[in-house]
Amino acid sequence: MNRPMEPVPARPMEPVPARPMEPVPARPMEPVPARAADRCPPAARAGTVVVSSVSSDAHTWNLVFLQLLIEELGYTVLNLGPCVPDDLLIEECCRIDPAMVVISSVNGHGREEGLRLIDRLRARPELADTPVVIGGKLGIDHEAAAGQTDALLDAGFDAVFADGRGAADFRTMMASMAPRAGELAGNGGRT
Amino acid sequence: MSDVAPRTVSTDVRPREVDFGAFVRRAADAGELVAQPRMGFGPPGLMRAGLAATRSAAATTVGTLTLDSYTRVGDLASAERAVRADGGANLNGYPIVSHPAETTAAVLAGLLNRDFPVQVRHGSAVPADIFSALVALRLTATEGGPVSYCLPYGRTPLAESIRNWSDCAVRFAALREFHSEPHLETFGGCMLGQLCPPGLLVALSVLEALFFQQRGLRSLSVSYAQQTNPEQDIEAVLALRRLCQELLSRSSWHVVIYAYMGVYPRTERGAYRLLGEAAGLALATGSERIIVKTVAESRRIPTIAENVAALEYVARAARARPPLRPPADDAHGGDSATYREANALINAVRNLHRDIGTALLLAFRRGYLDVPYCVHPDNRGRTRSALDGAGRLCWADTGALPVPPPERRAPAGTVTSSGLLEDLFYIQRKYDACAPESGEITASPALAERSRRLPGPR
Repeated sequence: MNRPMEPVPARPMEPVPARPMEPVPARPMEPVPARAADRCPPAARAGTVVVSSVSSDAHTWNLVFLQLLIEELGYTVLNLGPCVPDDLLIEECCRIDPAMVVISSVNGHGREEGLRLIDRLRARPELADTPVVIGGKLGIDHEAAAGQTDALLDAGFDAVFADGRGAADFRTMMASMAPRAGELAGNGGRT
Repeated sequence: MSDVAPRTVSTDVRPREVDFGAFVRRAADAGELVAQPRMGFGPPGLMRAGLAATRSAAATTVGTLTLDSYTRVGDLASAERAVRADGGANLNGYPIVSHPAETTAAVLAGLLNRDFPVQVRHGSAVPADIFSALVALRLTATEGGPVSYCLPYGRTPLAESIRNWSDCAVRFAALREFHSEPHLETFGGCMLGQLCPPGLLVALSVLEALFFQQRGLRSLSVSYAQQTNPEQDIEAVLALRRLCQELLSRSSWHVVIYAYMGVYPRTERGAYRLLGEAAGLALATGSERIIVKTVAESRRIPTIAENVAALEYVARAARARPPLRPPADDAHGGDSATYREANALINAVRNLHRDIGTALLLAFRRGYLDVPYCVHPDNRGRTRSALDGAGRLCWADTGALPVPPPERRAPAGTVTSSGLLEDLFYIQRKYDACAPESGEITASPALAERSRRLPGPR
């Protein structure tokens, strides 16, 4: 009784009911505030860091925080955002030759997707030596956390900021990742 | 519960009897707040156990099938691999496209009926396969939206998401030909979970509802996620109700409140107090449904028992209050700041094109809609928001939004990583720090009084 339905032809749209439109107040455009990275003198810039999630992870705030933090360290950040397909991440990295790639994932699929991604990324000769780090909540099973760090390092990540206790929260992830990401970026640990 | 394993039998669901919107309406008429978990598990047996526990909880509930994130992004190969490997035990939700239809029917058999409707939740900007599965199973309740399921969650171009959602909404609306009433909830009131100012949340929720209404749906719900200040939230939900009354005249609709979606308190007391506050928001505004959060929220995917505890907590909180009576149209004394802001945004967008889908696309291109901190390529990214001293969510920069000058603004200055962290963790700090009877909502004596009458966790 659960056969798939035949395709349904699109029905014509019903008209939008008329509603008196109120005038939209005109507002002068405000200047765009300079981003931290834009204010740095060029000499202070250490290059571009790619911040990205893995292909199935929809979380954003970890990426926004990392972007601001890394910009404050004097880097330019290309934030590819959540749910980035492997191909897109790899092509962007090949295009800009980043100083570092920071992968952050908190949805529990990070280990599996990280392993797949780093394989494909390292297979490109131009990215063989690019520093690539990963952090976050990388699995849904916290018992397996210890093994996953080794697996990710063996697969080609330069550092893994896994949530070792598995049950630690978002803040712990960011707090633990932030200073070490700073150290890796060669600018001391700041939070 | 002994009989939780799915059996390979055809479903005994009679689709024409299952009407999500009508169920919520009946509950509201009876003075009951409908509580709903956000539950999803990969293995069919566990999913069925979760639904059964939701149904038998001491609360007025509807069920939830939350899908896994591979299915959500359309990576069906990974979802199928996970199902083959271990039945989906390592998935973070239920892979409705990859499990055979008979399996899903068996998960629902004997549970889904007139008094226990089930909503499918996903978060996909490419939902065609998901809607095909819903239509095949005659599942008539889901949620999402062309903007709210696109901008926060990936890189699917907005134009593509609008096309996808348009097609799917039309197909979903056609379920009515089987004498069942499809119900669609907008997720627009939950953008990014936190730090999106209420005026923009309300506007997006209403605009997505208009989008669905234009595509033939007439049983709708509009969402609003609890933010950082109780008074501001009440004002926002009342504005949302009023705009729905004004604009959704051709639909039956209700309001769903989401318990705080940002960084959640870690202590049990803090978590329950925040959930109680969300229930208080629903009750104070006549909202008909609430999506709960659990004590485990800050750490991991909650268990079935934790979900049931949260549902029952909300039910006790609601029963401690007088029956629901949505505030009258004029009970809120004129146009609030949130109403004016949301109304200005909605009007500006509707003025761009008669088709709401096209209007939404144009609005994001022009920056008439611009979600702070959203890194999607089709979001202008010129707006910024921050909390003021009272925990109110304010604009720090309205970019090109066609809104009246905000009454309150966040302190000027560039948003820094540490400032952003402060704001992201404000609620967790506040609720984890609060002692019993601390009266943390002194800004609103009425609400503080209500909150004192809410039962505490057991």
